[in-house]
Amino acid sequence: MMKLNRNQQLAAAALTVCALLPLAALPGCTSSEASSTPSGGITPQQFADGVHAVMMADRTVYATHVVTNLKKQDAPVKAFEYWEDTENSIPLPAQMFRMGAELVDENPEAGFTYALRSKWPLNEQHQAKTELEQTALDYLSDNPGENFYGEEELGDQKYFVAVYPDRAVAEACWSCHNEHPNRGDDYPEFGKDDVMGGVLVRVPI
Amino acid sequence: MSIQIRSIWNAFRQSPHAPKWLTWAAINVSIAAYFGFGLVAPASISKTAWLPGETTHGHYQIEMDCNACHDPGRSADGPSGSDVMQDACIRCHGEQLDLAKDTHPAKKFRDPTNAERLAVLDAQNCLSCHQEHVPEQTLTMGLTMPADYCWHCHQEVADSRPSHRDMAYDSCATAGCHNYHDNRALYEKYLDDHHGQPDHLKLASLPLRSTAASLSGVFRPDRPLGIDEADHPPAETVDQRVLDDWATTAHALAGVNCTHCHGGNNDSQWSETVAMESCQRCHAGQVASFQTGKHGMRLAVGLPAMTPDQARLPMHAGRAHAKLDCNACHPGHRFDTQFAAAEACLRCHADDHSLAYRDSSHATLWQDELSGSGAVGSGVSCATCHLPRIEGETGIWVNHDQNASLRPNETMARQVCTHCHGLEYSLSALADPRSITSCFGDAPTERIKSVQMARAWFEQRRAKRETLLQTP
Repeated sequence: MMKLNRNQQLAAAALTVCALLPLAALPGCTSSEASSTPSGGITPQQFADGVHAVMMADRTVYATHVVTNLKKQDAPVKAFEYWEDTENSIPLPAQMFRMGAELVDENPEAGFTYALRSKWPLNEQHQAKTELEQTALDYLSDNPGENFYGEEELGDQKYFVAVYPDRAVAEACWSCHNEHPNRGDDYPEFGKDDVMGGVLVRVPI
Repeated sequence: MSIQIRSIWNAFRQSPHAPKWLTWAAINVSIAAYFGFGLVAPASISKTAWLPGETTHGHYQIEMDCNACHDPGRSADGPSGSDVMQDACIRCHGEQLDLAKDTHPAKKFRDPTNAERLAVLDAQNCLSCHQEHVPEQTLTMGLTMPADYCWHCHQEVADSRPSHRDMAYDSCATAGCHNYHDNRALYEKYLDDHHGQPDHLKLASLPLRSTAASLSGVFRPDRPLGIDEADHPPAETVDQRVLDDWATTAHALAGVNCTHCHGGNNDSQWSETVAMESCQRCHAGQVASFQTGKHGMRLAVGLPAMTPDQARLPMHAGRAHAKLDCNACHPGHRFDTQFAAAEACLRCHADDHSLAYRDSSHATLWQDELSGSGAVGSGVSCATCHLPRIEGETGIWVNHDQNASLRPNETMARQVCTHCHGLEYSLSALADPRSITSCFGDAPTERIKSVQMARAWFEQRRAKRETLLQTP
């Protein structure tokens, strides 16, 4: 078994407990196939599954209970890409997700990084950046319902990489993506439950 | 042993060359003492000999305090040869970068997929781009690497921004279009939002200061004080003119008495001079920001106050030894903010830009405001642009770091210029050296294209979205 540092162990233990409750109760804009995570032995895969469960739970709550709810109510506050300089605006779900990842990046002791990736990124920052990431996205497309796990070496550091399918489960998700001017010529017409990309968790080992 | 030394000494004394050898030894000891003292001496001119090269314009004020950048003991992580200076950079500039919404923060590169890029250009280390003591390779803004650095990561920019095709990579950050750190006035949405503005806005006015609300500490304005209520100790002789001046100020109006600043009450001794720390009790933000600019940064590291004779910009000789503390611009007991806003600056500064101010339309507007023929907030003094009024948590306050809006100068476009001018005009003027030299007496000769480009880009996006919506 590969060893995790203390921070990773604590994070996995705490996050796993926190994650299971909201996941069980809340439907979301995206769903994932995060494997059930035993609370005992902690492998990099279990750690990744745990933190992924938490991030997807938070994202689901934001997308459904904040963004979609505002839209349903025809509220003056809207999720908007340029929310920082626009009145009555809040971040898009993908931006909220990325800001969380950046906060984790600020903490060198966090012990992992995470990001959104897609074969059809509306934000070029979300395209696959390594061969393994490209392989993972192809795998998710070809094997609906499965997660991808692998290892890769970047800058003399070996990493465990887990990529989870990022699905469209609410009309607001695929309609906004399908109508987005940044979509390329090969952009698919997404519909319910389609895999729009992947959530990537990378753990140094 | 002692016999051997004595015989050598005797032989030396009898040598005809003894005086020359003694002279040689004395010179060497003196040189060693000079350099040795420089190593251990406190921050002072004694350390000049150890400067490895000319320091940049942003740091030379504190170059005698080597420890400001080189002291490993100040690092929270303990001594470390590799990150000591990075720590020093963040200590002074970290908050500024946060406020600037730094577009390339170190955390952005923590994603391990950046490993290959970081091997080429370590964007997590300030020193990769900002080395010190290397004047032969230092560009504006203290940049010490070739100006085409953007290319390393953005060489495919034309794929997503066709309008950028064929643009030179050393023009990204030198043409008023992009900055590495601060793009608050330059990013596409802000540009698009300000497209089509006239050069001179109809409603041209500065926000009013929230003076009372921006005070710090426990003191809050009290009832106005009369001249007879001045509470200086009876034993202290106070010039009537000083009392008259004080009585006309906002200090007296707000109930700030002599002992609030000079001491002499139960808690402290009376002092003729007022330390910066006394001002700081009520004006913490102003004093803190003063110490991050070139005027006050020496005080921030415990060095004697900056004086104009140490400046690299041309200064009036008569003010060569004026100490730059709070009183330098807010002198006497009047603390006249109108004086501080222009005349105080022009007493010292003698560069072309400053000398051109009095003949500028900005100065005319300022004079109109002072005379009452212009509305409050319609004048443009030196402070208008260089000590911008910033919206803070407790209202509008004056940032006393006169360099903050110049790191780089596009920062000024959003904080200052756009109160009165269109964004395209503002950016164009700030990118035109001739316009800057004439204190903006000359209109910019070339127009920055970024505002038009941003509008075209958003229009393309809107058109594409319309098409997508109409597609069944």
